[in-house]
Amino acid sequence: MATAEASPSGNMKTLQVKRYKPSENPKKTYLTEEKGLWSWLTTVDHKKIGLMYLGSVTFFFLLGGALALLLRTELLTPAKTFIEADTYNQFFTLHGAIMVFFVLVPSIPAALGNFILPMQLGAKDVAFPKLNLTSFYIYVIGAVFTFIALANNGLDTGWTFYTPYSTDSTSSVIWVTLGVFILGFSSILTGTNFIATIHKMRAPGITWGKLPLNLWALYATSIIQILATPVLAITLLLLTMERVLGMGIFDASMGGDPILFQHFFWFYSHPAVYIMIVPGFGIISEVITTFSKKHIFGYWAIALSSLAIAFIGFLVWGHHMFTSGQSGVATTIFSFLTFLVGIPTGIKILNWVATLYKGSIEMKTPMIYVFIFLFLFSIGGFTGIMLGSLAADIHLHDTYYVVAHFHYVMMGGTLIALLAGIHYWWPKMTGKMYNEFQAKIGAALIFIGFNMTFLPQFIMGSQGMPRRYYNYIDQFTIFHQTSTLGSYILGVGFLLIAWYLFRSLMSGEKAPSNPWGSRGLEWQATSPPDLHNFDHTPVVIHGPYDYHKPMEEFQLGLANSHNGHGHAEDIDVEKVSAH
Amino acid sequence: MANHSTTQTAHVQHHFVDGDQQFDTAKLGMWVFLVNEILFFGGLFMAYIVYRAWYPELFTEAALELNTFWGAVNTIVLIGSSLTVAMAIRSAQKNQTKGLKINLLITIGLAIVFMVIKGFEYSHKFHLGIFPGQFYSYEGLQHAQAPIFFSIYYMMTGIHALHVIIGIGLMMWIYVRARRGEFGSDYYTPVEMTGLYWHLVDLIWIFLFPLLYLIE
Repeated sequence: MATAEASPSGNMKTLQVKRYKPSENPKKTYLTEEKGLWSWLTTVDHKKIGLMYLGSVTFFFLLGGALALLLRTELLTPAKTFIEADTYNQFFTLHGAIMVFFVLVPSIPAALGNFILPMQLGAKDVAFPKLNLTSFYIYVIGAVFTFIALANNGLDTGWTFYTPYSTDSTSSVIWVTLGVFILGFSSILTGTNFIATIHKMRAPGITWGKLPLNLWALYATSIIQILATPVLAITLLLLTMERVLGMGIFDASMGGDPILFQHFFWFYSHPAVYIMIVPGFGIISEVITTFSKKHIFGYWAIALSSLAIAFIGFLVWGHHMFTSGQSGVATTIFSFLTFLVGIPTGIKILNWVATLYKGSIEMKTPMIYVFIFLFLFSIGGFTGIMLGSLAADIHLHDTYYVVAHFHYVMMGGTLIALLAGIHYWWPKMTGKMYNEFQAKIGAALIFIGFNMTFLPQFIMGSQGMPRRYYNYIDQFTIFHQTSTLGSYILGVGFLLIAWYLFRSLMSGEKAPSNPWGSRGLEWQATSPPDLHNFDHTPVVIHGPYDYHKPMEEFQLGLANSHNGHGHAEDIDVEKVSAH
Repeated sequence: MANHSTTQTAHVQHHFVDGDQQFDTAKLGMWVFLVNEILFFGGLFMAYIVYRAWYPELFTEAALELNTFWGAVNTIVLIGSSLTVAMAIRSAQKNQTKGLKINLLITIGLAIVFMVIKGFEYSHKFHLGIFPGQFYSYEGLQHAQAPIFFSIYYMMTGIHALHVIIGIGLMMWIYVRARRGEFGSDYYTPVEMTGLYWHLVDLIWIFLFPLLYLIE
């Protein structure tokens, strides 16, 4: 037994704390306590909901990925290879729409975030567990709408739904826009849930300064979700009404303005790329400290730069419209504002690299993905600055250069971070270890395949190959073929990952509670965790990256707190003394 | 004002420490949701600003077609309902279940009055041929962009009316729970959250009324 002294608003308060060492052979876990399909479908447990999201996101990723492989196969030859031009249009539209709205947006926050956020806070669940389950079903309903569209005429407008094409197209625009509209509410409700949880459900001792950087990132993401997603919702509703009633708001022939649609769309969709990437930043911060065994460099710089990105992200949407007929003044201002985003992002990258300095780096699979991330995301980021420069963008706009940039940030950034996160938290989520050797092969295939796919696209883009084209001139053949070959390697890499992760579930080694020796609170639960995450109320006295402090001091909980959660906001526990 | 109960009671869900934490969390969540609602309407207000700046004369002419008298009556009705919903919350906090039920019923009644008046306004316009967008067939206002004004009008008031209907549903649900005696000074979270939502619905109308009806 020990006491920890806490000072709420200056007055010292002593909490009775005890050391709780996580059991290595938990008898009851969230996976065994309630069993059967029905218990999953009706669960309000954030961990199961997180896994259901992870399953759905994986399903959509395989679907979107298969479409990408078909697209790349079609582009093997300059003329028709095996599908018709109309089918090609449908495939790239669906690839984009599925990957953006069904995979990237919910991937990290809704899947991993749901699982990890309450555990990092030492809470039993998110603030509104029923709302959490509701948002999952809203996601499912949105998906059903999209499948209805697939069954009827598909969609060929591109994922951006630009008017007037989306108002004239004969494909099922309404079903998809309604699907994405519904999906938006899932995102909004998750964001609301996370903000309330981070504010109100922190375990005793977790002050804002001890909040894991993953949670700062999810917090910034949630703010963007709350402020941007409703604008997409109203935009898509207006678009639907435009098709149903011929409202005229986006119709130039009635005095409306199609450019207004683009403004509305990008007011959401630019911040949306930060909804996708910022949670990835959070994962990188967690993994890089764990495998460097060292305190993060520049905690506050990384924490606040997430909020800065969320803020600046709302001011730059016009850079998607440099060639759309915006005023010259507006384009110039948007161009300069776009450069600003590079500052907080650069701060993050430099702080991560500085964290490595003099660390004892352990090259486990999650860490390998962190290095892949640093490499690929930096390329994606720098090419983004080039695209933000007005003069360069006029040349590069709507070419493969943009496609390559987008994939370097979204796939090289978000998806690689997601893979880092999945490999990092897999033992916690499933209680099983995957095969480290196969995982490293998988990471190598992804890295090689990815660069082979997208580096040639920078080159042909800079030479003028337009995006979304079905045919191309002969001089681009070699680039397209290299790219297609790379995409096959990428595909094999993902299949390998799916295979060894699946195998680990069946016959993987049992995971210890803290296989990486992390100081994060989530690793002080059993693997897999208890239904209520911890069997005590955790008390936190050190930051999540204090690797210079002994492990025992990270295993404290309120004495006699078997599942009766303590709650002490902003308590600053200053020291522990043996009793 | 928070619920002052520190003991575990039936209404405190398992993942909260006490009623205070549950109440504060719900309230924060509700405010965040209301911010999202404002952004949702924000898109429509933006469209309004753009087209009013482009076609100022259209907005002054078209506003004459709207019935200012009934719009004003509806404004008073909604402000009144905001008062009664606030009184309902007060009653719940003071353990006055009867007052809670009466105030909820008055609020529901006023909300229905609002919808009925809105319904008459809509049917009168449909009768004249004032439909949104391409279905516009009214002879009295021949401005080339008139359909756009009424598209904005129907979208803004229509989505607002949808919020009123949702509000009526929520208050009926609160009323049923109040009849079962679920609310009192130790637990009135759903009453207050519904009240917050209702104030927002009222507030949006307070912006819609002058922007659409009172243009000169």
